[in-house]
Amino acid sequence: MKLKNLLIIFFLFFNFNINANQSINENEIHKNLRCLVCQGQSIADSNSDFAITLKMVVSDLIKQGKSEEEIYNFLSDKYGDWILYKPKFNFGNFLLWGIPYLALLIGAIIIVFFIRKQSKKA
Amino acid sequence: MQKIIKSSIALLFIFIIGVFFVSLNKNPSYDTKNLTGKEIINIKLESFENNEFFTNKDFSDNKYTLINFWASWCAPCRIEHPNLMELSKEQNIKILGINFKDRKANALKFLEDLGNPYDYLVKDVNGKQSVNFGIYGIPESILLNNKFVVIKKFIGPLNMDDLENIKRIIRVL
Repeated sequence: MKLKNLLIIFFLFFNFNINANQSINENEIHKNLRCLVCQGQSIADSNSDFAITLKMVVSDLIKQGKSEEEIYNFLSDKYGDWILYKPKFNFGNFLLWGIPYLALLIGAIIIVFFIRKQSKKA
Repeated sequence: MQKIIKSSIALLFIFIIGVFFVSLNKNPSYDTKNLTGKEIINIKLESFENNEFFTNKDFSDNKYTLINFWASWCAPCRIEHPNLMELSKEQNIKILGINFKDRKANALKFLEDLGNPYDYLVKDVNGKQSVNFGIYGIPESILLNNKFVVIKKFIGPLNMDDLENIKRIIRVL
């Protein structure tokens, strides 16, 4: 009986997690959208007219079955990439994405160089 | 190896200076003025008078269409209105007025007092349609060609310079 109950709980939890992954988290989308008429706020944090309208539009797009990426593409097409807090990877901002990795690589090379130099001295 | 490190540091320094230079010379306030050249599809706007809808097809015969977002409660809309009246006399352009989050009686009073420059009048009661045009405040105006491509965006009230600019564009055919 205990095992049966445990199995039910396990499958319910597992099923819930699968559904959670499949559905779109509307609030997460709101957090990634900049309120263009506010001072450094996302539309999730704002009650401005613009933020309220954008929330309604996001809700409509979700009801239409649009994916998170499609919603971001639609809005960045209308307002530019500035509306997204997490910028998309494209030609215009490849440096933004690439520089941290490049800096990490250069740092690693410098460290390796100094370690080698120190070991030669020793 | 030391040479490489020195030149890397020098390059990094130049890069940082470059980033500062570009950033400090940039306008810190963002607007969508530069978002031109994009086609506006799926236009579906409810008529101001009745429950009929205007779509892209209704504007396809226009050489140029100026979409103007306005409301009776918007003070700068009153300032730009004489310029819209002036523009409505032009042959090559039709003006589509989108009444934004407004009361019908107030909007009608506004047009009665200041004149009606609009060839088409539609309403956007909750503002959702404005997102399809990339609007984030009013007044804003968008100049479209007959292929619904955005030629120019005007954020804020249309002034005399904007009016002359539009006239210059639409008179070259």
